[in-house]
Amino acid sequence: MITPYFVIIPLFAAFLIALIARKKENIAAGIALIVGIILCIMSIYSFVLLSGNEGAIYYHFSNWKAPITISLVLDYLSSFMLIIISVISLIAIFYSLQYLNHYTGKWQFFALFMLMITGMNGVALTGDFFNLFVFIEISLFSAYSLVAFGCEAEELEAAFKYAIVGAISSTLILFSVGILYSITSSLNMADVGRLLLNEKSKVIYLVYGMMIVGFGLKSALVPFHAWLPDAHPSAPAPISSMLSGVLIKVLGIYALIRVFFNVFGAPQIFLQIILILGIISMVVGGLMSLMQWDIKRLLGFSTVSQVGYIFLGIGLGTPLGILGAIFHLLNHSIFKALLFMNAGAVEYALDTRDMKQMGGLSKKLPITSTTSMIGSLSISGIPPFNGFFSKLIIIIACIQAGHPIYAGWAILISIITLAYYLKMQRFTFYGKQNFKKIFEKVPFTLKTSMIILAGLCVISSVLIIPGIKEVTLDKVTEVILDKTKYIEYIKPLILGGR
Amino acid sequence: MNEEKGMTIIVKTITRFTVWLIFLYGLYIIIHGHLTPGGGFAGGVIISLSFVHLTLAYGKDFFLKRHKISTLHNIEAGGALAFVIIGILGIAWTGSFLANFISTGKLFTLKSAGVIPLLNIAIGAKAGTALYLVFYYLVTHRSFIQKSESEGEIK
Amino acid sequence: MTLYLMTFFLFLVGLYGATTKRDIIKIILAIGIMGYSVNLFLILIAYRSGAIYPILTKSLGKELMVDPLPQALVLTAIVIELGITALLASLAIRIFEKYKTFDITQVRRLKG
Repeated sequence: MITPYFVIIPLFAAFLIALIARKKENIAAGIALIVGIILCIMSIYSFVLLSGNEGAIYYHFSNWKAPITISLVLDYLSSFMLIIISVISLIAIFYSLQYLNHYTGKWQFFALFMLMITGMNGVALTGDFFNLFVFIEISLFSAYSLVAFGCEAEELEAAFKYAIVGAISSTLILFSVGILYSITSSLNMADVGRLLLNEKSKVIYLVYGMMIVGFGLKSALVPFHAWLPDAHPSAPAPISSMLSGVLIKVLGIYALIRVFFNVFGAPQIFLQIILILGIISMVVGGLMSLMQWDIKRLLGFSTVSQVGYIFLGIGLGTPLGILGAIFHLLNHSIFKALLFMNAGAVEYALDTRDMKQMGGLSKKLPITSTTSMIGSLSISGIPPFNGFFSKLIIIIACIQAGHPIYAGWAILISIITLAYYLKMQRFTFYGKQNFKKIFEKVPFTLKTSMIILAGLCVISSVLIIPGIKEVTLDKVTEVILDKTKYIEYIKPLILGGR
Repeated sequence: MNEEKGMTIIVKTITRFTVWLIFLYGLYIIIHGHLTPGGGFAGGVIISLSFVHLTLAYGKDFFLKRHKISTLHNIEAGGALAFVIIGILGIAWTGSFLANFISTGKLFTLKSAGVIPLLNIAIGAKAGTALYLVFYYLVTHRSFIQKSESEGEIK
Repeated sequence: MTLYLMTFFLFLVGLYGATTKRDIIKIILAIGIMGYSVNLFLILIAYRSGAIYPILTKSLGKELMVDPLPQALVLTAIVIELGITALLASLAIRIFEKYKTFDITQVRRLKG
């Protein structure tokens, strides 16, 4: 019965920090770090625990039965997302211990960070549509405030844009939840899925549209991507890596997968829309990042492009495509977090984000330079690193599903990805020295967290080895592709039916 | 009392009579949240409105002279913590978050509905202080910046 | 049906305001209008003709009640909306301090 604690512990920690640690910043950081470690252990344990529980654990609030009360559903997909959230957030907390030296108000940072984890864990676990909306709002609230944390002009502007776009998308999601409630008279996801099996109403297409736009806005699919290259680079570096690495995946991609695959049963129209939008965002994001000179903005557009890869895999709808998509989701959260942390370290040392004022940093910042090289090679898909395997799987899946043209686009964008990351390496860490002096050395916790993430870039390729793949990634793929299991569990709980 | 701050003597006098009524009405709404429409949030809003009323009539320094703003912060965080703790106590007693663990009492009396009145009070404390703090920081924004620069604290 | 369409129209009014207006305060108001339209929609779903309010009282017979669940959802949505509006208002104040304008077309220090 560890399911509710994923939400309770960070929520408790957030208010505990607000209550007792307002003047003592070390206590705030300590509480955040301890919570990060606890959540990390619990999430990995939850994945192990699932194998003894037929792959799913259900939890009901306040001793009521499922369709009436809010339920939490822990299955392999949720557990997979929880592991990503807690590992990246633990490293981000560790990174921010010394990164925040220039900032004041650390307790606010950590309290908001805890609230953001609360929201994301809740989104990953919840089995209730309205609760999904509430948890999305909790994490987005903290995300807006954290983007504006430095209170500089650009950060406020980015936070305002982000908040407007987030409010529009949340309103769309609430609207579609209302329509779903009017069709089925239920808010429980499994119950809604069960009742929709016999529903022929055309209004369900309105729900599909609103959900795709709402969650697409959150995951920065291309027609809805304009906020991301503003919001993600403007935040402090650990928050950038949390937003780009985890937040858009949980709020956008995970929610889309859960709602459309497990509840709506993967309608064909959804797969086609996602496939096309995925290709477009892949291409547009890749081409836009070629033109950037701000290092973090380049990474922001690169996120748009890589999210396109994930949606391409999902949109294929085949087991191999889904496998590639979730593997790329994991890999992207690792190396994008790493790259944002590199950019943060460079910014910490030089106090600029313009690549024209860098160059030749590889001698001054050897660890940052090496880890950044590893991250760049991973994201561009160079063989020993994890990015190669996930992209390869997606490309093979494209060819298997009979879309060789899409595979061609994926390969082309992969080459473009290599091009702009080489550009980033060339102008940041190699080449002529264009900066005057290093203001500050990169502190210890920044270096350590970058080294850990660079190690994870190599280690996570292990997941694709036959034998390990069957007990990890394949289990997650099964959950996504199994159209009935998620719905089935509600049937014994309903007496008589409606 | 500072005559220059705030509104005219008429508004101040009326405020002195009405603000307690507003405050008590908020408390009533919170405590009877499980019997009548309303509840923790609605009552909390009304309580915060009584503070807002005071601030509007007497000027923004009036409240700060009598109470520390950190007390309000403590009540706010404490209210939220109390909510979570009541939920955890539900786990301890019955094994489910936010489950009822005390006597449900008799229907239509004040002492009924188990933990819901307690949760309402926690939410009321949180919502009432939080809304007033939002209002307070929006009103006193300029002076707060100057004050915070000397203390090295940002908001 | 007309009522449902009108709430959707109100929603579109809010969306139009949020996407085309230049003034930051008007954008915030437009976000509010969008939220209200959704709240109205949820209340409309709950309505049953001839039903009474969903409060348990001693003198309650077998009357039909309106659906209480969407009303609870609306309360939660109102709370969230309140938070968003307060956050946007504080951001607007800070933006006005930095840029000395409420015109969103002049708040463009970020490229692209």
